[in-house]
Amino acid sequence: MKYQDEYRDPVAAQNLLRAIHNTISQPWTIMEVCGGQTHSIVRYGIDQLLPPEIELVHGPGCPVCVTPLELIDKAVDIASRPDVTFCSFGDMLRVPGSRSDLLAVKANGGDVRIIYSPLDCLKIAARNPARTVVFFAVGFETTAPANAMALWQAKRRGLDNFAVLVSHVLVPPAMTAVLQSPNNRVQGFLGAGHVCSVMGCQEYRDLARQFHVPIVVTGFEPLDLLEGIYRCVRMLENHEIGVENQYARAVPTIGNPASQKLLQEVFEVTDRMWRGIGTIPRSGYRLSAMYADFDAEQRFSLARIDTSESSQCISGAILQGGKKPYDCPIFGTACTPASPQGATMVSSEGACAAYYNYRRRLSPSNAELSNRQVQQT
Amino acid sequence: MIATPMDFDELSCPLPNTLADHIQLGHGSGGKLTNDLIKQLFLPAFDNNLLSALEDQATIQLNRWTESKSSSPFDAARLAFTTDSFVVRPLFFPGGDIGQLAVHGTVNDLAVGGAEPKFLSAAFILEEGLPLTDLARIVISMKTACEAAGVQMVTGDTKVVDRGKGDGVFITTSGIGIVPAGRSLSIRHVQPGDCILVSGTVGDHGMSIMSVREGLEFTTVLKSDNASLNSLTRAMLAACPGIHWMRDPTRGGVAAVLNELVSAVNLGVKIEETALPVRPEVRAACEMLGMDPLYVANEGKLIAVVPPDQTDRLLNTMREHPLGANAAILGEVTTDHPGIVVMKSVIGGERIVTMPAGEQLPRIC
Amino acid sequence: MCLGIPGLVIELYTEHDVLMGRVDFDGVRKEVCLAYLPEVSVGNYVIVHVGFALSIVDETEAQEVFKFLDQMSELDELDGMQP
Repeated sequence: MKYQDEYRDPVAAQNLLRAIHNTISQPWTIMEVCGGQTHSIVRYGIDQLLPPEIELVHGPGCPVCVTPLELIDKAVDIASRPDVTFCSFGDMLRVPGSRSDLLAVKANGGDVRIIYSPLDCLKIAARNPARTVVFFAVGFETTAPANAMALWQAKRRGLDNFAVLVSHVLVPPAMTAVLQSPNNRVQGFLGAGHVCSVMGCQEYRDLARQFHVPIVVTGFEPLDLLEGIYRCVRMLENHEIGVENQYARAVPTIGNPASQKLLQEVFEVTDRMWRGIGTIPRSGYRLSAMYADFDAEQRFSLARIDTSESSQCISGAILQGGKKPYDCPIFGTACTPASPQGATMVSSEGACAAYYNYRRRLSPSNAELSNRQVQQT
Repeated sequence: MIATPMDFDELSCPLPNTLADHIQLGHGSGGKLTNDLIKQLFLPAFDNNLLSALEDQATIQLNRWTESKSSSPFDAARLAFTTDSFVVRPLFFPGGDIGQLAVHGTVNDLAVGGAEPKFLSAAFILEEGLPLTDLARIVISMKTACEAAGVQMVTGDTKVVDRGKGDGVFITTSGIGIVPAGRSLSIRHVQPGDCILVSGTVGDHGMSIMSVREGLEFTTVLKSDNASLNSLTRAMLAACPGIHWMRDPTRGGVAAVLNELVSAVNLGVKIEETALPVRPEVRAACEMLGMDPLYVANEGKLIAVVPPDQTDRLLNTMREHPLGANAAILGEVTTDHPGIVVMKSVIGGERIVTMPAGEQLPRIC
Repeated sequence: MCLGIPGLVIELYTEHDVLMGRVDFDGVRKEVCLAYLPEVSVGNYVIVHVGFALSIVDETEAQEVFKFLDQMSELDELDGMQP
């Protein structure tokens, strides 16, 4: 695929690895903010190929992981109603709420559908005027414009049977939360490439200045990640702060003005709760007054939901780079992608799931050993 | 903007209740949930040696029940027996339909066990309101598939359920085949150093179904690869009688088969990402939906495990056959990391290929 | 993240007053909303996320990493000539 295969070239990857080896003189801790980057790093085994001086920590950039429990519970409540068609991206179906998840709602007869684009929901709403079509609008700044466009069209087309359950979160406030944390170890960042395609690089310049860190806006292919790491190491070694754009082929400095304009019309900035982290001020979007009619939380009278938190899972610390999945007492045992116990195991992009799927220590788990014994008897 | 500094150790995240008190779609995905169901419910209930071999077909020595005086289990021909249900939406998809799938799937479960498929049964569960023309089309398609595979449909059954209680048509086919004297394929025969071959491009079937799935539709020339593999397995076994084990990577894809292998024998598997044959359209569709071709279903492919000295002969034999034209050596069985499948990525890093947890869902992240 | 992949715009059209297009990903074609790229034309490669094109791939910028790698290998050759 053009603009993809070229960036998976093994020889070029080896050359970039050599450049990193030749540049680094001391240990550095770099955070890749975006879960998509975490996914690529483990999928291609990039972390093992890097020199031991580099510690990559995985940031809170996975919208699926950080969607708060309360919203999952609300989604489960709404999706369970007989007159509702509940539409969602595939990632959200397995995310556990307090008592259930959307796959279980589907198993119990709820009309839960996976869609590719939010515009697909409008097609369903137009075809089924007697049903309320509710879309689970999750995601970072990258996904928000798609959801904004669906709302803008629904309003213009008078699709009153369309509503959204909004859980949009923003990257820079989360990075701020990480940097302000008293035990922050992160010295440099790989910025989330596709978020910057929409928002541009300005917010990151302010962050870099305020906290004296280098930030390299980075893409998702192996060569992108290796070049992003190389540039970040070079900046760290030279004591440079500021923003470099490794992913300029897809990220104009100003981002995408047309989408920013619609985001301002449809949404407004609000405090948001992040699963595993807590509330971060002004870190998300809610619907603007002009679009309040589409708010599923207002349209359905939802019972007060009490959520319970576990004490074993350390995903909050993992999301902020304080700890690694291997530090968790239940990683790979009580907590696996099939029975996720926390935010970072839920999505294939979550750091724990990525580690479990691609990087589990190379020894069989107890569960596998006992299975094997069963088969051999 | 001021964020409250946080103490990492104070943080916690939610602990969901276990969600496994109802059957979910994932229990039919061929992944971990399916395995749990088999190991925790079916195996203990029906406990017997034939079932606990956990192959896709049971191979039965008839001489235990007949007058044969043979002492060795492999001296006489044995009976292979299998069953498989087919639920697919839509009933007609690019490159096939539920009818031919129901024939091919059962023929293949026999063929990969080294059997010559002979007789099939078909049980239809029809939903009230199904157009008779659709059923006729499915039946004709089954007839064509039976003729192509050289099997006979010798018995069957029909039931009708209320409208809304079925998905148009569900079909269950069972099959009987004959394993010739002297032939034995088993997961237990797999040895360290064995090579792992795949008969062609992976993911064609699953992604062609995905292309017509409501809400995810995309336009592509991609077609399901569903086919009966018994002519291919016949050629393979004629050229290489020493094939240790074969399996068709249907639900859960190649990843599920390789994980079944490493969990049944105390060995590891190492494969190369660059060796995996994937059509550009399948790869593109997977990239678009955030899916992994290793986990996507196939309906006309097999995985074969063979001693290294026979690998080249087997590969050439497979490539000479139309159903094996794109056959490739994926990797090998190893004593390293027992119980784990490892894949070397295109850039040389290693990753683990796990058993799929449930149905692979499209993702945005 | 935001799973975004590059595809080739092969056709433009309007639906509900919004600019849409057909985008080809190696033989897989999908309807994509192009409203956020008013300057887009057929033949552009765009980055697509959940059915929306977010940016046009800049060909010059796309070559940068390879230029850097070429420079690096030239430097290596120079190093190799050192006694």
